[in-house]
Amino acid sequence: MGEKVLMKGAEAIAEAAIRAGCMAFFGYPITPQNETPEYFSRRMPELGRVFLQAESEVASINMVYGAACTGTRVITTSSSPGISLMQEGFSYIANSNVPCVVVNAMRGGPGLGDIAPAQADYFQATKGGGHGDYHSIVLAPHTIQETADLMFDAFDLADKYRIMVVVLVDGLMGQMMEPVEFKEWVDVSKFKTPEWATVGQGDRKERNIITSLEILPEGLEKMNLALQEKYKKIKENEVRLEEYEMDDAEYALTAFGTVARIAKTVVDMARADGIKLGLIRPITVWPFPEKEIAKRAEQVKFFFDVEMNEGQMLEDVKLAVNGKKPVHYYGRLGGVVPTAEEIYGEFKKLLGGKE
Amino acid sequence: MKLIYKKPDAITERDTTYCPGCPHGIAHRLVAELLEEMDLVKKTVIVWPVGCSVFGYYFIATDAVEAAHGRACAMATGIKRVHPESFVMTYQGDGDLASIGIAETVHAAARGERISVVYINNGNYGMTGGQMAPTTLIGQVTTTSPYGRKPELNGFPMHVPEMLAALDGPAYIARAALDSPQHIIQAKKFLKKAFTAQVKNLGFSLVELVSACPTNWKMTPVEAMERIRKEVLPVFPIGEFKVAKGVE
Ligand SMILES: Cc1ncc(C[n+]2csc(CCOP(=O)(O)OP(=O)(O)O)c2C)c(N)n1
Ligand code: SF4
Ligand SMILES: [Mg+2]
Repeated sequence: MGEKVLMKGAEAIAEAAIRAGCMAFFGYPITPQNETPEYFSRRMPELGRVFLQAESEVASINMVYGAACTGTRVITTSSSPGISLMQEGFSYIANSNVPCVVVNAMRGGPGLGDIAPAQADYFQATKGGGHGDYHSIVLAPHTIQETADLMFDAFDLADKYRIMVVVLVDGLMGQMMEPVEFKEWVDVSKFKTPEWATVGQGDRKERNIITSLEILPEGLEKMNLALQEKYKKIKENEVRLEEYEMDDAEYALTAFGTVARIAKTVVDMARADGIKLGLIRPITVWPFPEKEIAKRAEQVKFFFDVEMNEGQMLEDVKLAVNGKKPVHYYGRLGGVVPTAEEIYGEFKKLLGGKE
Repeated sequence: MKLIYKKPDAITERDTTYCPGCPHGIAHRLVAELLEEMDLVKKTVIVWPVGCSVFGYYFIATDAVEAAHGRACAMATGIKRVHPESFVMTYQGDGDLASIGIAETVHAAARGERISVVYINNGNYGMTGGQMAPTTLIGQVTTTSPYGRKPELNGFPMHVPEMLAALDGPAYIARAALDSPQHIIQAKKFLKKAFTAQVKNLGFSLVELVSACPTNWKMTPVEAMERIRKEVLPVFPIGEFKVAKGVE
């Protein structure tokens, strides 16, 4: 680790990706994450790497798809409306088993919405979004430091499973400044073109074909089952979460990203009042930490899920809790960020006169 | 006995998925012959489209990827930018390239991407059953222009090479036809220049090949070839629209 530098989240994302060995960026401008492509546009040429501003998000994701087919570490970054445009590409990438990283700095929707931070693309990111039975690994950091660290993991996971990894942040994380310490540079001179890559047959015995097409239903079912097998492995091995003050907790907040960050303050406020509140913060929102939440359902009196959407992760929490304990919800919509006091107030209403 | 004509090695043994008399096969052969003659087979990645040639990788034995409908030029851009040593080409129909993928095509051309595009104009959407395409002629009956294409309803046929030739990015832009031996020989010459433009790193290249779709035109292959000469070529004339220095 090097020294700490004060950096905007959107720029830290680019710097971390570059250090993690990202060799190409393709993207289209959209607020609130323009600092990310701008940063790439300065740094990538200096390093002899690729930066290309595409004509649209439809084009950028298909450029990413092409570069991913060569086994090159590649990224695009965007925000909600742009991510919506990319969904067809995501689906192709999934069934082609090629690695790439996509950052979504979520903003308020639906439609053009606004440019304020939101979490309303949770369903889209974790349940697929495009057509067909597929998933991407979805990482949801809650600080800029964590984002910078996870950019490295995002590329490693993408390569390990030949899958798309989404880093799901929001406009607040992109615009905020924080001290960050970056991990060591990945030595890109060690990168090799993988055996499966389509770069021209060269000396390879067989030619490579990358396609998401299989016209026979039985064949396509096989492809689907192989995908499901991969997802099963990911679920078994890659679930990540943080549990904050959960050891003796009687109540559990559940939140991800920016809200989780605020929720930590809420936990501290409750603890100062002698209330045993904890926080369960999924870091991978797909795969979702079902087992861990199920376990805590034995321990706590109720769960309190807080999000900047109409209760999207709430459904996954409820599935994990499976009726064992009540799951309450509070959320703000359209880009409104709830305050710690506000969340704590809502929590105390749930307690009623009990504490 | 002396062998005077054979299948190029870069064409596989697989059974065709094309209809009898479909010129897609001629276009495949020209591409395969040139890749061999120019010693490009092992360097090549072909980006196949969504359309009748969606299974093109069955037939031409190079590394290949299968793009989403219309996105071949974007995908090719992604490959070529990170792997400039590869020879990267797309093979696209008129629905794929000129309708749903026109933005990706125009911008790849404007950027002067070092990719080569083989563009098959058969006047309709062959794969989905013969619907109207941007190249459908005025008056032509298709399954979605049952009363014939009408300018007031559907506008006019799109001339992609003429449009792209107005840009600075392309190094070579031409239109050839697959209706007769003479035209096919000429088509190969044009394609060779297009491939050369990429090999010499001169810029974007595209050759439109005026083709036929006997099945959806409801014609015999011979009638379809005649229709190309009589009706299509007057609207889509053969020619070179942009030839950068060094392409020859
Ligand atoms: C996003 C999307 N829209 C529509 C389709 C359906 N579709 C498949 S092929 C095709 C038209 C292909 O026509 P063309 O590009 O002219 O190729 P041809 O079959 O004539 O060679 C269409 C509309 C699709 N696969 N994907
Ligand atoms: S439908 Fe038309 S373009 Fe497609 S294979 Fe048949 S003849 Fe050729
Ligand atoms: Mg067509």
